[in-house]
Amino acid sequence: MTERLNVVGANVPRHDALAKVTGRARYVADLPCDGAWVGGALWSRTPRARVRNIVFSPDFDWSRVTVITARDLPGPNEVHMIKDDYPILAGDEISYIGQAIALVAAPDKQTIEEALGAMRPDLEELPPVLSVEASLAKEAVIWGEDNVQAHYRIEHGDLEEAFSRSDVIIEETYRTHHQEHLYLETNGMFAHPRPDGGVIVEGSLQCPYYVARALAHALGLPLEKVTMRQTETGGAFGGKEDYPSVLAIQTALLSMKSGKPVRMVLERREDIDVTTKRHPSVIRHRTGVTRDGVILAAEIDIIFDGGAFSTMSPVVLSRGVLHAWSAYRLPNARIVGRALATNTAPNGAFRGFGAPQTVFAMERQMDRIARELGLSPLEVRRKNLLKTGDTLPCGQVLRSAYAGLVLERALDISGYEEKHGKQQEDDRILRGVGVSVFLHGGGFTGAGEEKISGRAAVEVADDGIVEVLVSSTEMGQGAATVLPQIAAEVLSLPAWKVRHPNPDTSRVPDSGPTVASRTTMMVGKILQDAAKDMRATLTGEAAKNAGVLPESILWENGRLASGGRDLGSFEELALQYKEEHGKPLRGEGVYNPPSDCQWNEAEYRGDAYKDYAWACDVVEVEIDADTLELRVPHVTSVVEIGKAVHPMLAEGQVIGGTLQALGWGAMEEVRMEKGRYRNNSVSTYIIPTAVDAPEFTVEIAETPSPFGPWGAKGLGELPMDGGAPALAAAVEDALGVFATELPLTSDRLHALLRQRRK
Amino acid sequence: MKGSFLVNGRTNEWTFEPDATLLDVLRANGHPEVHRGCDEGVCGSCSVLLEGKLVNSCQVFAASAMEKDILTVAGIGTIHEPHPIQTAFVESGAVQCGFCTPAAILATLALLRKNPNPTDEEIHSALDGNYCRCTGYVKIIEAVRLASRRMSSHD
Ligand code: FES
Ligand code: FES
Repeated sequence: MTERLNVVGANVPRHDALAKVTGRARYVADLPCDGAWVGGALWSRTPRARVRNIVFSPDFDWSRVTVITARDLPGPNEVHMIKDDYPILAGDEISYIGQAIALVAAPDKQTIEEALGAMRPDLEELPPVLSVEASLAKEAVIWGEDNVQAHYRIEHGDLEEAFSRSDVIIEETYRTHHQEHLYLETNGMFAHPRPDGGVIVEGSLQCPYYVARALAHALGLPLEKVTMRQTETGGAFGGKEDYPSVLAIQTALLSMKSGKPVRMVLERREDIDVTTKRHPSVIRHRTGVTRDGVILAAEIDIIFDGGAFSTMSPVVLSRGVLHAWSAYRLPNARIVGRALATNTAPNGAFRGFGAPQTVFAMERQMDRIARELGLSPLEVRRKNLLKTGDTLPCGQVLRSAYAGLVLERALDISGYEEKHGKQQEDDRILRGVGVSVFLHGGGFTGAGEEKISGRAAVEVADDGIVEVLVSSTEMGQGAATVLPQIAAEVLSLPAWKVRHPNPDTSRVPDSGPTVASRTTMMVGKILQDAAKDMRATLTGEAAKNAGVLPESILWENGRLASGGRDLGSFEELALQYKEEHGKPLRGEGVYNPPSDCQWNEAEYRGDAYKDYAWACDVVEVEIDADTLELRVPHVTSVVEIGKAVHPMLAEGQVIGGTLQALGWGAMEEVRMEKGRYRNNSVSTYIIPTAVDAPEFTVEIAETPSPFGPWGAKGLGELPMDGGAPALAAAVEDALGVFATELPLTSDRLHALLRQRRK
Repeated sequence: MKGSFLVNGRTNEWTFEPDATLLDVLRANGHPEVHRGCDEGVCGSCSVLLEGKLVNSCQVFAASAMEKDILTVAGIGTIHEPHPIQTAFVESGAVQCGFCTPAAILATLALLRKNPNPTDEEIHSALDGNYCRCTGYVKIIEAVRLASRRMSSHD
């Protein structure tokens, strides 16, 4: 019998929506600031240099401000992340443009400007390493012993033998570029010194405990003396996973030294200059196929530009490597991935986390194979799609695979087959359609979930509302609605009787960071257990008080009953519980590792992800024959995500994520010149606006997974993976040119057409 | 400088620097619902209605807005009595991180006052100056359609 669900699967009103539409939501820049100082930084303008000294002009009255340089740090000069290589402030060496050299706090912005103007770093410039090619060639060693921040290798089957059996070997190199998150709210932090020598920091972020631990490490404080509170967060997309630790430490240092509350909110230009971006990549494919398009052998070499420090690069690269096959079977494979250091701002987490780059390359390679063999893109895909029982190159045997399901469904809805290959030479508007099939692993890679072993709790507040206590944040994706839905379902309550307050590390257990498409699937499952724990406690209590057996207690519509006798409402009984026990009714859950998933980190083999969500995008383009301006009139996206806890929010994730992917593919371009981002403003870094927004047809398929609550799998990042390659395929259909590089601006299309005419 | 500002139907006397923008002055005086996204007149997060017209308040000198009628999203409805446009945004799933939302709602209000039954194309172009990085715009556009239907059936 399938369980009848009341709240999970329903489009309940979004919990944070009314506050947001009425202007009541408060972001970090909005918090009242009586007596607070503002913080600022002296950013480096050179990509690589030795710092001889920082010269402070005697013409400025330095007693008006608080200044901090690398010499004044109370703890190690390290922003604690995966490796501790990221300095809080440049010490002896500057490694990228936008690195902080000194910090200043003052009562107002103008004083900061004056102080910054009165400081001058005395530098000895060094030749910078500005490309992965230069880094690989070790033109200078700027990181570790060889510039390699991370390195992975996967060997599967007998590659050389499989190449020798292949009819055709196809080689191509693909390149992708930086992408700026451009969340509309820039990074910001607000720090207050605590009377006991500790610090409270409030701010815009995804991962409260990452930041709290980084603060404790840098300030030399025990974790209890650090409180991190998330404020309403105006978009993140991975861009508030790593950098908030840097900014929180800098703000806290200023606050503790000045003894004042200090707020640092980055201006847009600063935010673009100094925060992380999506890793640019160079990915070489060499594929051995049979004449009719079956892949026998695949060699994939992946290089990511890590930037000056490693931030999240090791794990971003790892996810990229483990998604390099996209949705296809590679029976014999060698996949090598390296992240290389350059003297550019560190690259880091961005929705998709390495997968959009490697999926782009694999999908393009499928189209390349089709082209070379004279087959249709569909034929080649259908012959190689992953199926249940297939073994991935990392050794994981797929318990389920829905690549075929999403592809066939998307073809049906979109009418791809009627539209593909129908371009007329004399049209003024050139039309094309392209397809991509892809997957995204939910939760941390490998044994990541086991390592952090997330915890969650639920507790009844004095107003009778159940509070979800987790460190997972709402940043727009809908956690503040979906998590309460999960707890409400277990407790037979309507969703509005459960709330998710913004996390405060002094109050919430560590459910892990809000990343990796893990919140609904992984944290949701732990939360489900916490709610069950609460339910069992109250059931026992009600049974004891009523003198009946716990098994006789029924929960329905927010009330408990036994044998036809009403025992009271959940709220009444919960508050009664508090009176009797002197503590609120609470339930707790902790991650329960599935026994049948194994990952060997040393060998880099095993079950890379607990489960995968699957998707197929069909992108249609219209290209003006004269200007080559590109428009996307329609996108079809079919996603298989196990179970949609809130279908409307899920659809919002698919549409929003896909438009970000198309923005990356079509127009977003970070123009880099000698290590500096030239277009560091909203007017010059172009993202899609309302007139660019295509029509969408989204369909959600649900085949429940054993690993998430009611079968839910991760969704947040999936839609970022397939937009760009489907777009490139649509351009190929419209113009007949094969793009290996993004973005597909009209300049690039002109160049591709010129090349073809030659 | 000192001046009087008429915001959401209330007159206020505020002190400000001569070169302050309307956005600076509003945010410094209890109107943080007007957001700063770029400070260069592009993203539209700072939109307000000035004498009924949608403007980017980061591009308006405060001094030029004195004595004029200024409307922010807080002036059109409350949590207990939301405006039909606000309700339509909630119900259509047009809100994600919410940073663009107050401005998008004001852009919708300006559009529907002028043109109660806009075509899709008119909706797209009316919202073109209001960036949203989260939603992909589709549900914002649906919200505008829903509000338009509801508001015209109430007239
Ligand atoms: S802040 Fe005014 S337009 Fe962006
Ligand atoms: S909802 Fe986040 S920017 Fe629009």
